[in-house]
Amino acid sequence: MTDEEDRRKQQGERRHPSDKDETAMPRRAHDSSRVRAAIRTELEEVAEESLGTQTETRPVPRVISVENVTLSFEETVLENVSFAARSGETICIVGESGTGKSTILKLLLRLLIPDQGRVAIDGEDITHLTFDDALKVRQKMGMVFQGAALFDSMTVYENVAYPLREHTDLQEDEIEARVREKLEFVDLEPHKVMEQLPSELSGGMKKRVGIARGLANNPEIMLYDEPTSGLDPLTTATITYLILKLQRELGVTSIVVSHDIRSSFRMASKIALLANKRIGFFGTPEEMTGSDDPYIREFLGGF
Amino acid sequence: MILERFNDAAKRGVYSLQEFFVLAGKALGFIFVKPFYASDLFQQMDAIGVGSLGIVLLTGFFTGMVLALQSSVQLQTFGASDYIGRLIAGSMIRELGPVLAGLMVAGRVGSGIAAQLGSMRVTEQIDALNTLGTDPIKKLVTPRVLAALVMLPVLTIINDFIGILGGNVIARFYLGKPSALYWKTVFEQMLAGGFTLHYIPNDFIQGLVKPFVFGGIISLVACYYGLKTTGGTEGVGISTTRTVVTASILILVVDYFLTQILLSIFPQ
Repeated sequence: MTDEEDRRKQQGERRHPSDKDETAMPRRAHDSSRVRAAIRTELEEVAEESLGTQTETRPVPRVISVENVTLSFEETVLENVSFAARSGETICIVGESGTGKSTILKLLLRLLIPDQGRVAIDGEDITHLTFDDALKVRQKMGMVFQGAALFDSMTVYENVAYPLREHTDLQEDEIEARVREKLEFVDLEPHKVMEQLPSELSGGMKKRVGIARGLANNPEIMLYDEPTSGLDPLTTATITYLILKLQRELGVTSIVVSHDIRSSFRMASKIALLANKRIGFFGTPEEMTGSDDPYIREFLGGF
Repeated sequence: MILERFNDAAKRGVYSLQEFFVLAGKALGFIFVKPFYASDLFQQMDAIGVGSLGIVLLTGFFTGMVLALQSSVQLQTFGASDYIGRLIAGSMIRELGPVLAGLMVAGRVGSGIAAQLGSMRVTEQIDALNTLGTDPIKKLVTPRVLAALVMLPVLTIINDFIGILGGNVIARFYLGKPSALYWKTVFEQMLAGGFTLHYIPNDFIQGLVKPFVFGGIISLVACYYGLKTTGGTEGVGISTTRTVVTASILILVVDYFLTQILLSIFPQ
């Protein structure tokens, strides 16, 4: 396959989210075995596709690049950390708790500024931007927080509509259409949840509304902080499936911070293992399982 | 070792002060910068102003009554109980009205703001705002500060009036002074302090500059501690306590210095 064909194929995958698959996820867990089967099929398909394209991703531009970043608060958190994500890739950052995984997301959002090194989004160095310019760069990104971080004084509708009201001149009916579209994309029924407050939702539903809010502005990059922590295995699978669906249907570049190694292996194009303040390993899941580095073997122990 | 610790504490203190003034500068500066979050402003004005009306009415009324009761004893000694209206009006408008409204609002609204912003901080909602391209200071702090700056003088006017009315009740039913006489002396007091620009009684200026400043103190201290919250729900509790303590002390201290300044500008 030539580079040109490859690029066209990637573009073709940026389908409109309303063009849903016939084989889409069952809505709720009436029949858990059916849900699991659907997830397994989805995951296998995606795994096959990503295997097929992985070797030919070189011409795709780097969307995110982190170069030799060092960051200290009272003590050093990150030391000489480098990795890059190309368009459409899903990078999972894994590591033990408290190793500064979430800090990397804050660096990408420029909520933190590195002491040394460079963070670039779409080739633009964001480390020296002014506060207002940083707000503009953040509009290219959608972030899903660990606890969903929905605004609890607003309804689900207002939460998802928030980035639209802030940054677009869309009319109210267009906003409503977009909110419905995004809620449907994350397999929620808009008419049921739109008027509910975040406190009335379950953990998994909050996460999904969080994803819908992150997606509202059609970002090219999605960042996830522990998207599956604290969820039951079935909901974990559903969220993993959603992240995959985003990558596949919208071609979104994703950075997922997680300590859930099982889910990470399912969705990652590449895995970055953060250990001792550095990136101890950066490569495909297959390369990781094939590694004989003792720390990686120990980390993967149970897997 | 001790010196080092002292040095660190001093540095932290100066740094916090700097952070506070940066926050204050930004919050006040954003009042004039688009986009204006009008609905947030009205919501906050409702919460701070209308929400605090009950406690302000209650404290004002009883303070006016107890002030009349206590001073009646002293005034009777000098045969000056006809002038009770002057005493009540003077103390309520210049001093007690603003300070009492300030302390009540610090307790009720200051704690609420700190707890709300603190919870938003620990549940990452502040980070979410930043991520969604909104400046949290503009969205959260500015409407609260502006609402407090507007509503505290309004609450103070109500507090003054209801306090003087409380005094009227005691003068009429305990001392047996006619209401007409009471209100005549009240107005005498208001006009006695002289005028600014020919029409505005100096007492009113004194009585309204103070709540304006207190409104700023309460809202900024609450927002500062709220946004700085760390350490989960326990941290929210600590921020709330700190807000009420710091704002109350600042109100009393600043009140003294403001009175000094205002008295030198508008001598009686």
